[in-house]
Amino acid sequence: MKIGVFLKQVPDTETKIRPAGDGSGIESGDVKWIVSPYDEFAVEAGLQLKEKSGGEVVVVSLGPARTLDAARTALAMGADRAVILDDEGFQGSDPLGTSRALAAVARKEGFDIIFCGRQAIDEDNNQVPQIVAGLLDWPHASWVNSFESEGEMATVKRPIGGGKLEVVKVRLPAVFSCTKGLNEPRYASLPGIMKAKSKPVARYTPADLELDGQVGASAAVVQLTSYQMPQARPSGRMLEGEVGDQVKELVRLLRQEAKVL
Amino acid sequence: MDAATKTASLPPEWTDEHTMFRKTARDFVEKELAPQAEEWEANKGFSNDMFKRLGEMGFLGLGHPEEYGGLGLDYWFTVIWLEELVRSRSAGFNMAMTVQSDMATPVIADIGTEEQKQEFLAPAITGEKIAALGISEPAVGSDVANLQTTARRDGDDYIINGAKTFITNGSRADFITLGVRTGDAGFGGISLMLFPTDTKGFSVGRLLEKVGNHSSDTAELAFDNCRIPARYMLGQENMGFYYIMQNFQGERLVAALMAVAGMQMLWDDAMDYGNEREAFGRPILKFQVWRHKLVEHLTAIEAARRLTYYACDLFEREEPCVEAISMAKLYACDLAQKVVYDIQQFFGGYGYIEEYHVARAFRDLRLLTIGGGTAEIMKEIIGKGRGM
Repeated sequence: MKIGVFLKQVPDTETKIRPAGDGSGIESGDVKWIVSPYDEFAVEAGLQLKEKSGGEVVVVSLGPARTLDAARTALAMGADRAVILDDEGFQGSDPLGTSRALAAVARKEGFDIIFCGRQAIDEDNNQVPQIVAGLLDWPHASWVNSFESEGEMATVKRPIGGGKLEVVKVRLPAVFSCTKGLNEPRYASLPGIMKAKSKPVARYTPADLELDGQVGASAAVVQLTSYQMPQARPSGRMLEGEVGDQVKELVRLLRQEAKVL
Repeated sequence: MDAATKTASLPPEWTDEHTMFRKTARDFVEKELAPQAEEWEANKGFSNDMFKRLGEMGFLGLGHPEEYGGLGLDYWFTVIWLEELVRSRSAGFNMAMTVQSDMATPVIADIGTEEQKQEFLAPAITGEKIAALGISEPAVGSDVANLQTTARRDGDDYIINGAKTFITNGSRADFITLGVRTGDAGFGGISLMLFPTDTKGFSVGRLLEKVGNHSSDTAELAFDNCRIPARYMLGQENMGFYYIMQNFQGERLVAALMAVAGMQMLWDDAMDYGNEREAFGRPILKFQVWRHKLVEHLTAIEAARRLTYYACDLFEREEPCVEAISMAKLYACDLAQKVVYDIQQFFGGYGYIEEYHVARAFRDLRLLTIGGGTAEIMKEIIGKGRGM
């Protein structure tokens, strides 16, 4: 079984994010980069499936050159090899462009199943898994927190609110986006870390994937125009006086200042 | 060449493997150790299974040879492990584990026989056997050359009599790397032996109530005509003082590294607290007196780290390192006292409450200028090395 895992390198959750001076992105100077935490569940799901069914786990990541570090983390955990899309032509892709690139890799590699995080924790788009499934014309299940497979059928559970779980049976090949609770990602063991560097890493250009003009900033249908910090929340105001007066004042403020009534 | 005249270098050069290992170490400490720290502190102990868990992860054998189950890695992996280990916020636990990996066992790897390594080192690396280092005695601390526990040769055995105290892991150890007197008075009559604690005549006297490091067991040990085979002699008879002094280098480096990492963690805690806590209408970090104080400490911590890394570099390259290690231990451990004092003051009333980590750190860090060679002994070593 050929198991594909998509992962993205994102700023560490502990990093204090600041927009760059010109608003074009974030200040990346002292940012520490990590594998997006939901993607770690995807890596673990891929490794567990390999342990059960055999085959290989291939991690795929699109991003700048440093994205190789994120892929190495997965290789150290036990993935077999990596595909890195760090060509200039991929940079600035929107979710559609990213999905085209990843779907093309899936076809080229002949994946039988794909795991990815439910969303990357940097921009939280929650788009790529679904678009990739659409492009491949595969079924998908998102926010999976339980996964079992038997032959060509997978049975997954996904939280649907109100403490309830939806049980979905999916025919493979399919895309699964993973959420917390699915598994406990393993640590990269020291022998795994030592081996990571010698594992194969392939690189494709947009031309290799026959995607010229369909990926990268120029092909993006969604463009990020600027980054700004959210406005600081003003501190709360306490109303004083008789309860009746307070209620009147509250209604007046909600109407005239907050303009929500 | 001594430390002061050696060409300066700026290690470490962290490799990708180091960086990946740091993540594994941090994840492990945050997921599996830190959540248990409160319980360990309250119960004054932790399960022996933790040695096996750390052994399974490879943390007890980072620098130990691969033939005996270690990983044979460079010393910077140990540096990273110690820097992340402090995040358990259980100094006693950390001490127990570092005694196992870096204080009681490196000497076995260095000078032990094949048989000794199989019997003691290999199971210490997996955590199946717990190790202690037995040097201090009720009447002999810093003055190691004067230790009084005796090992008298009797045929193919040695018979051991005496007492040890302040022994970390003492009540649970399966074996002790033990300093004994086999010869005349003074440093020339000391030997190191491997002592299995199931030997008849051995007893654990009492657990000592310490000021801090509550999760580790510290014991008094008694040896009453304990007979052990001569094959448990480590290295050559009467060369023990030399081995002990060598072995202390690793122990002192661990102390300096833990001091630096512990201070940095406290400093980071202070930043978080100082941004949140307000007094007189503004975050307390906005008061110049505290900003300046904290920046002074940050600068000193960085200096201590660089000195310690310098010592690590010499140690890793097996160059003369006694002066640099003594300086690092002296400086970092002394600085930790000042840093924890000021940061506890910065936390005000909350700094005196157990719920805040700084309260525990204040007790735990106090050990640093006392254990593993006092600050005064460090000064003596440095002075002697300089011909004073």
